[in-house]
Amino acid sequence: MTVRDAEQLEATWRDPPGFFGWFCAINHKTIAKRFMITTFVFFVLAGLLALAMRLQLAQPNGRVVGPDQYDQMFTMHGSTMMFLFAVPVMQAVAMYLVPLMIGARSVAFPRMNAFAWWIFTMGGIMLYVAYFLDIGPDAGWFAYVPLSGPQYSPGKRVDVWAQMITFTELAALMEAIVIICTILKMRAPGMTLNRMPLFVWTMLATSVMVLFAMPAVMLASTALICDRLVGTHFYNPGEGGDALLWQHLFWFFGHPEVYLIFIPPLGFMSSIIATFTRRPVVGYPAMVLALIATAFLAFGLWVHHMFATNLPELGKTFFTAASLMIAIPTAVQIFCWIATLGSGKINFKTPLLFVLAFFVILLAGGLTGLMLASVSLDVQLHDTFFVVAHLHYVLFGGGVFPLFGAFYYWFPKFTGRMLNERLGRWQFWLFFIGFNVTFFPMHILGLQGMTRRIYTYPEQMGWGGMNLTATVGAFMIAASVLLFIVNVLVSRRHGEPAGANPWGAGTLEWSMASPPPAGNFERVPVVHGRYPLWQPMQEPSHVTGLDNDDRVVLVTTVADALPDHRMALPTPSPWPFWSAVATTIFFIGSIVTPWAVVWGSVPVAIAATLWFWPKRAVAERRARVEVRP
Amino acid sequence: MKTRAALFASGALAAAGAAAAPFQDALRPAGAQAAHIGKLWNFTLGLCTLVFVAIVVACLVALWRAPRADHESMADVSSLARPESRIHRRIAWAVGLSAIGLLALLAADVFTSRAMARLPLEGAVNIELVGHQWWWEARYRDADPSREFTTANELHIPVGRPVIVTLHSSDVIHSLWIPNLQGKKDLIPGRTAILRLRADRPGVYRGQCAEFCGLEHALMALQVTAEPSQGYEAWAERQRQPAPAPATALARRGQQVFLGTTCVMCHTIGGTTAGAGLGPNLTHLASRQTIGAGMFPNNRGYLAGWIADPQAMKPGVNMPANSLPPDDLQALLTYLETLK
Repeated sequence: MTVRDAEQLEATWRDPPGFFGWFCAINHKTIAKRFMITTFVFFVLAGLLALAMRLQLAQPNGRVVGPDQYDQMFTMHGSTMMFLFAVPVMQAVAMYLVPLMIGARSVAFPRMNAFAWWIFTMGGIMLYVAYFLDIGPDAGWFAYVPLSGPQYSPGKRVDVWAQMITFTELAALMEAIVIICTILKMRAPGMTLNRMPLFVWTMLATSVMVLFAMPAVMLASTALICDRLVGTHFYNPGEGGDALLWQHLFWFFGHPEVYLIFIPPLGFMSSIIATFTRRPVVGYPAMVLALIATAFLAFGLWVHHMFATNLPELGKTFFTAASLMIAIPTAVQIFCWIATLGSGKINFKTPLLFVLAFFVILLAGGLTGLMLASVSLDVQLHDTFFVVAHLHYVLFGGGVFPLFGAFYYWFPKFTGRMLNERLGRWQFWLFFIGFNVTFFPMHILGLQGMTRRIYTYPEQMGWGGMNLTATVGAFMIAASVLLFIVNVLVSRRHGEPAGANPWGAGTLEWSMASPPPAGNFERVPVVHGRYPLWQPMQEPSHVTGLDNDDRVVLVTTVADALPDHRMALPTPSPWPFWSAVATTIFFIGSIVTPWAVVWGSVPVAIAATLWFWPKRAVAERRARVEVRP
Repeated sequence: MKTRAALFASGALAAAGAAAAPFQDALRPAGAQAAHIGKLWNFTLGLCTLVFVAIVVACLVALWRAPRADHESMADVSSLARPESRIHRRIAWAVGLSAIGLLALLAADVFTSRAMARLPLEGAVNIELVGHQWWWEARYRDADPSREFTTANELHIPVGRPVIVTLHSSDVIHSLWIPNLQGKKDLIPGRTAILRLRADRPGVYRGQCAEFCGLEHALMALQVTAEPSQGYEAWAERQRQPAPAPATALARRGQQVFLGTTCVMCHTIGGTTAGAGLGPNLTHLASRQTIGAGMFPNNRGYLAGWIADPQAMKPGVNMPANSLPPDDLQALLTYLETLK
């Protein structure tokens, strides 16, 4: 590969420059970076809301905010963390890494990928604009009816929430489709399913779950909007509707959602543990089967969020059994990782440190999860601060800690520079200790009767001391996140140059320069094992026959990744952006008036038509370069 | 480091935990159902702690025993060629043990549910509890309709006798939780739920709405007085009586204020013409220990503040402010204090 070839490849796959080019970008790495930054901004915003809530609860009869503001705060915090941070950030990281890990030059459907990010961002902005206009949602992140219905939540607050769901779920569904197609059809030749990196497996499992989980909540929230805007009675018991229907539909999505957040980090764990123990993860087939089992079982647990309702007791026991059973695949993975740690040679660096926190924090969260799986225990613990503690142990231990580890691990690939190791260690310990100081006391507060979502509590309850402790811990977490931001900002410009493979890792994303060129691989590799960079090179080492001067990719078969056909991918375009603008007008308009569904569909139709308008040049190009089976 | 962090956390907790109120605490069961759950809690906590320690220790041992390396160390890919059967066997054992532990938890849960379902119900007290934004309405049911009565935000129950609480909601979902006596149960509009409990130790317990129900969800509490049968019967008998006629001139004037102003639009006082059902029944208001749904002590000062401007004490509550002339307010308070 000559320098000229590399330059030509770069020119082919690069996003257009300039202000207008910014709106046309479709390169998966550009979109993924924007996506990660967007979700991180939402993470910080929701974190600031959490700090305000902790200040309010720091002492009895707190007067920092009133009930109306507090209700908006916890609703915004929960909704943001779940819908605008935790699920999308995993998809964003995957959007960057999956093509690099499987030897692809792009994701499938790059324009749809860009559209998904625009839609997501506009939905998030709408939510926060509404919040700053004091029409932020205030019915909790699971918005139980009838409280969220037309009678008890007049005004537009809940409509804003429900449309935010529509935005983010639409984006999540499209991202899932992009990821599934990329994984199944765009792997480099030789990367059979059983050679796929475990992170890619986690994203495949997660994305398939998204396809089944998200429609449930979109259906639920659409029915809610219909109840609120056009007077349907899906949830009105007085007219034959049912208040519990919402809970079934919501949690049929809501419980799998927890695993949408938890499964991708299992892939971070496997990537990081393999690299820093200098060996493959023990039990690859067991790990993959455990992931798939988790993805299936996750759909059979939702009723454990509803144990305090009057559902039949025998039926509840079934869900207790299912909830306990899902611990088995997680246990399999934990044991495989511990075995990997024990039988490898350990390179003790910050990414590994964050991953090790999983074994304390997620473990504790998982075990309290077993307590909540029991109907009898749950009726004492449900809707108390014990649950608040549990869910943060699970989401931090199984999500945020591995995610920070992943940032430390892949930051050199994203930027070409290392994050500062010393700051990283400081950040880790501040985070780890701060987290436990914040959330451990909440277990005890819950047992001592402190219910969740209360904006204040009387002094004689005796909850003041532990709440103050929790507030102190929350500020330690905030300091730790601040340290991370400083580390990123400084290291981005002044960090140690990373080189292609600073950690000595074995998977394909470390085979190209850091940051990767626009076309990812100068020569598309042929894969001969699970850890191509650790295993000896074999012939053929790369694919030939893909032009450098056109966006052509190799499409391979689903199971064995045999070359199937050569396909042309679309070029940068402003239409994903304009379609997203039109869709946003449609969605936001329908909050104000149902008629927006009628007139709002006109610009959407126009933008989509122009996006897909057939062009002679494109057709000729495809006829020239594509080879079909 | 990790252990030090844990020690620090538990030390801080021990200091802070000592002050917690005993009257709203799931770990201090005072009734049959809460005692069953308490036993299950102890078993589950024990088993889970054991598992937690075992796995953390295994992880630490693995880290401690493994040799160190850096990023240039040669990666060992030999496991890709030949399976590590010794390691796999150990993992299989660990998974098997986990499955046994989980089965034990399932069995313990099922046995607890059965034990709770077997609570004998002869001679039960029947209470219909209706959740409102943001207060509780309690109707004591009886086979003889003339013996039924209604009260609010306060339950009295006999020690040692079962209580069947039938739960309804008039607006949104609430959840009844009296941790010392029993786990929680949701009050869902359009549905009827039943909670069975029995207090075994006399005392005053506090309950609170556990399902977010809107603006003043935090200020929706309930006081439960468990007392020996005699005391309970005496209380119930008093509650069945209509309000006593006002004896003094001031109290008589207070009653006229009550019946002549907006009070009468929402409240009932048995034995008078006030019979509205939007707000709590006030027939025996003075016998209650709290006002504002378990939030404030029931004395003249708080009551005066509540009547004059409830929005200041519980913003968003459905009771409007009442700008009564001071004399009228004092008369009204005097009258309300006679409603023993």
